Amino acid sequence: MAACSIEDVLAKAEREEAEKLKSISVHKELELEFDPGNLFAFDKNPPNTREFRKQNKDEFLRSLARDNTQLLINELWKLPTERVEEVIVAKLPEPTTRLPREKPVPKPRPSTKWEEFAKLKGIQKKKKTNLVWDDVHKEWKRRWGYKRANDDTKEWLIEVPETADPNEDQFSKRIKAKKERVAKNELNRLRNIARGQKIKVPGVGLAPTDQQSKTELGKAIHVAKHSTASVGKFQGNLPKEKVPKNMGKKRKFEPLIGDFSAEKRKQLDLLNIMDSKKPRIDITKAVNKQMREEDRQSGFQKRKSPGKKGRKGNFSGKGKAKGKGKKGGPGGGSSGGSNKGGPGGGNNRKPRKKQGKR
Amino acid sequence: MHSYGGNVSGRMFDFHVLDMIELGIEKFVSLKDFKNSKFPEGTKPLLIFAGDAFETDNEHKKLKSLLIDFFRGPTVPCVRLAGLEHVLHITALEGKIYLRSYKALLKKSGCRTPRIELEDMGPSFDFTMRRTHLASDDLYKTAHRQPKALKPKKKKNVSHDVFGTKYGRLHMQKQDLAKLQTRKMKGLKKRKGEKAEGEGEEVEAEATTAKKAKTQ
Repeated sequence: MAACSIEDVLAKAEREEAEKLKSISVHKELELEFDPGNLFAFDKNPPNTREFRKQNKDEFLRSLARDNTQLLINELWKLPTERVEEVIVAKLPEPTTRLPREKPVPKPRPSTKWEEFAKLKGIQKKKKTNLVWDDVHKEWKRRWGYKRANDDTKEWLIEVPETADPNEDQFSKRIKAKKERVAKNELNRLRNIARGQKIKVPGVGLAPTDQQSKTELGKAIHVAKHSTASVGKFQGNLPKEKVPKNMGKKRKFEPLIGDFSAEKRKQLDLLNIMDSKKPRIDITKAVNKQMREEDRQSGFQKRKSPGKKGRKGNFSGKGKAKGKGKKGGPGGGSSGGSNKGGPGGGNNRKPRKKQGKR
Repeated sequence: MHSYGGNVSGRMFDFHVLDMIELGIEKFVSLKDFKNSKFPEGTKPLLIFAGDAFETDNEHKKLKSLLIDFFRGPTVPCVRLAGLEHVLHITALEGKIYLRSYKALLKKSGCRTPRIELEDMGPSFDFTMRRTHLASDDLYKTAHRQPKALKPKKKKNVSHDVFGTKYGRLHMQKQDLAKLQTRKMKGLKKRKGEKAEGEGEEVEAEATTAKKAKTQ
């Protein structure tokens, strides 16, 4: 009795499921082709022309459309969904239908000098393995790159060859050689690019740019002037040509062991400055500079948004007051702290101002 | 019915015309003639093509590609499921092409996927294919070129059967088959001193009956 009822229950559940699915299931001889990324479905089944002629055309088309739409909707409901701002949204995959492009196909990359040579000689690329066995470390390491196998710059013991200078540093020699190789590679790479883009690169000297600034022109003139056999010693100047000062040297350092008295004097002067109670910065100048800067800023902002003049004006008023208050504070603080009367007097505006009208 | 002139739709590639197809309109029912509510403009339509002509005939294939390109709308990463209302259904039947536009109503069904009811919304067209100007095959090939980055990445060691079964490959290190751990059969255990074939067979027979073997 119990067994019967269980079977009945299961059968009933199955029938109910089938009923539910009946409303959305559609029978087709050939499965449709779907492209959910494009919301596209293609029904390859040949349409029933007899039915078409019998029925009203539109009715036939509509029932066919309903069946196909049902199948497409079934496919779309299978996609993963997520909730975006209380709306259920399905994530579409990439469209699979290949459609032609509108713009032209991009040109192939210009070949490098080596590639042209290889083409000329008929040299094929030999595919190499990524990993190489390193006997020293007894493991597989990269052929090139980080932690590669057989890295000669990383060796801890180098035999000095007979012909080499005993005082020469072999380790730094190898590192230098590697740097040179890297630089050469980079140079060749850039030359390949320049050749591909048909940019003219001079062998020596400055590369030409289309719009040259005054300094660039000056530099070019200087280079041209000094490219003579006498390194520019006998070249005349143009009528108003200014001789550039400090070409090359950007900083000047005193020699280590030089003028002792000058050095002593400098050190004592430094100590005196540190001892003195006078402030190093001129407070008036600093505060005026700051206020001028703020005025400029607020003027710029006013010009930017002319509509909100009233509000901006008020805010800038507040800002000004705060700024002045703030500048009064640190300005006073930076002076050794002992003379508040000085900066207060020098400062023509009061350190704190009442807030403007709201 | 004699109608002169029709609708010419075409596509461009590389600043030249790629293909053009002229469709003569046999019958046309406008949006206004269907008296029902419409949906907002710009909803991405569900495109459905029906008819084996779109698979077999070359011109129909190009027309299908053109119509997909024309109607599909912008490519979006997600779509609101409740907002899928516009259905464009194109059927190729008896030399004519029927384009119908429906509004989809999502009705409740027993399960999560809704049942679809369609309402004819218009406009509807009955087209006949007239003159075509298609490009050569290799021009089509060039136009369909995709950069390598867009090609789907092939998964290594995974293959699919004709029936859709997925196969995977595992690479194992070499195994010593003599040292494999299998089920223990005590009867087959080699004991000291036994070498005769007969006894070996006896041992096997005993093992199969799963009885304890006593040495004789």
